[in-house]
Amino acid sequence: MSDAFKQGLAGLDTGPGRTPGEEQARPEQPAVMPVHPTVEALKERFPDAGLRHEVVAGDEHVVYIPGARNLEVLTWLRDEQGYDFLKDITGVDYGHGLFLQVIYQLWSMQKKLELRLKVELPLDGLELQSVYYLWRAADWLERETYDMFGVVFRGHPDLRRILMPYNYAEGHPLRKDFPLRGRFSRAEQVRRALAMKTEDHYSPYELEVARRLGQELPNVTVEGGPGAPTEMPGMTGMGGG
Amino acid sequence: MRKVVYQVSRNPELGAGGALVHAPIVPVEGEALPALDGEIHGEHMLINIGPQHPATHGVLRLVLELDGETVVKCTPHIGYLHSSFEKLGEYRTWNQVVPLTDRMDYLAPLIYNCAYAMAVEKMMGVEVTERCQVVRVILMEMDRIFSHLLWIGTTALDLGAMTVFLYTFQERERVYNLHEAYTGARVTTSSTRIGGMMADLPAGWIEALQDFVHTLPRTLDEVDSLLANNGIWIGRTQDVGVITAEDAVNFGLSGPNLRASGVPYDVRKDKPYYDYETYDFEVPVGEHGDVYDRYLCRMEEMRQSLRILQQAIERLPGGPINVDNPRLILPPKTAAMNDMESMIHHFKVVMEGVRAPVGESWFGVESSKGELGMYVVSDGGSKPVRWRVRGPSFINIASLPYMIEGALLSDVITVNASLDIVLGEIDR
Repeated sequence: MSDAFKQGLAGLDTGPGRTPGEEQARPEQPAVMPVHPTVEALKERFPDAGLRHEVVAGDEHVVYIPGARNLEVLTWLRDEQGYDFLKDITGVDYGHGLFLQVIYQLWSMQKKLELRLKVELPLDGLELQSVYYLWRAADWLERETYDMFGVVFRGHPDLRRILMPYNYAEGHPLRKDFPLRGRFSRAEQVRRALAMKTEDHYSPYELEVARRLGQELPNVTVEGGPGAPTEMPGMTGMGGG
Repeated sequence: MRKVVYQVSRNPELGAGGALVHAPIVPVEGEALPALDGEIHGEHMLINIGPQHPATHGVLRLVLELDGETVVKCTPHIGYLHSSFEKLGEYRTWNQVVPLTDRMDYLAPLIYNCAYAMAVEKMMGVEVTERCQVVRVILMEMDRIFSHLLWIGTTALDLGAMTVFLYTFQERERVYNLHEAYTGARVTTSSTRIGGMMADLPAGWIEALQDFVHTLPRTLDEVDSLLANNGIWIGRTQDVGVITAEDAVNFGLSGPNLRASGVPYDVRKDKPYYDYETYDFEVPVGEHGDVYDRYLCRMEEMRQSLRILQQAIERLPGGPINVDNPRLILPPKTAAMNDMESMIHHFKVVMEGVRAPVGESWFGVESSKGELGMYVVSDGGSKPVRWRVRGPSFINIASLPYMIEGALLSDVITVNASLDIVLGEIDR
């Protein structure tokens, strides 16, 4: 590994430090805040949580909640306020070392109300409680947020990369400190893609099942790559069609 | 004997001409085979379906743990088509993102174009013209039909019914021609701009669309006559891939997949945009949550979309299609060449791009696959800080392992097809 290469990996987990004097830009607030029934109830139920209410794009209500209490607030919203439909979980990185935001977009089928919750996390403390057991929709959404931003969801039963390969070593692509073409050189990226082992294409669960069954897993490696496809009688290999 | 009654409308008496909207009564006769004595325990086996497999509708890869022919566990692996559209969007101006949107769902590109433009316009507080709104409704409903036609064709093909595929693709070709006549492209339409459209509808386009609206019902009836009472189709789709209403909501399903389970959630009705509340249409809702209900819902949705199209054609107002704001919309070429001020505006819009104030918007649109959420965040510049797509297919396919647990291997193909996924949007 060259020095330049190591330098590129610096700050892989924490991101760059905060730029001095850089402040989060906040959207302009309407003179008269529109009322959202759930926001009022939230403030009443969690008076000590320091909730901040914001209205964006005219009629979209955003409530900032503390990261340490996200599970508590979301459980209450689902069970007591009827927000039974989780539309979205995602992250927003503003760069400059500012807080990374994780958003939860909720919808209530009964009340037909929409609400957005936001959690602000420092770049060296990207951790939240998983809401997997409240909404199963959170399963892949949390995995994606982990994959793209490196936010760790405690309590998620199967938190692994989802869009990027399992052995991806360049960090989390949607962070602002991630260069558009990736951290590694193109040559290194190609070398890694071709050098993927069979195990790199399977989840830990599948590897465990295969180990117990004594079954050799079908190879998924690109043809002509270092690991040539193994002969698997009765098995359809990958890339065969 | 088991009798299954299918009722696919919330209020069927409101159908056109007072007739039932669509309510075939399908009795299924015969009894299940008696269970074999003693359970057969085979050795579990892991097999791969995909990523290069025609029945996965793209590059989805499913690793199945099988016990004989029964699925014990299914693990979808995605990301084979990952192109990092969201990251790319952060390096482009607001208008330059539009071509990325139609590459996500190439089966209904115009819905994605419109949804993105609507989200950015909402964030910026821009109100598009009356004509633009109706044109976008027309384009979105047209592409809903476009996408559902492909779904019916390919799903029937997966289950061995080749003819339906030919019928529906013949109709899709006409929508392709409409795409081409308007945008110049058949798939990658890129037709919207912030504050309007790339151009007004060409002469004769509405007449061609009217012709399509008039003649499509005949094809739909033909497809229905081929499938709705077809024994093989019923046998392979009824009671397959069942998900209850409660589970469907918990899994975040949306669109026809959710409505087939009996949850009448449609963004066009529940959080209307572009005056959808003034159009007279119904939302078909199933009750069994199986593949057959998803089929009925989509068939009925196409008929309802035709109703919306007809109303939109009738109410299409004249006037400009773009907002009158030189900071958003390029001036006409002749003005840019002759008039100093127009030239400056032209230069600014091209070189700097449209500027959005600090803010954000999460805007949901009912796409053909389900609720399409566009989340745009601006820090006051001419490029997005974040552009996020809540792809309905991405959420829908996540429930596949749950639906096919304990099902047979052949049902995996059926259920996967029934969810109407598009991998371009799942992998983004």
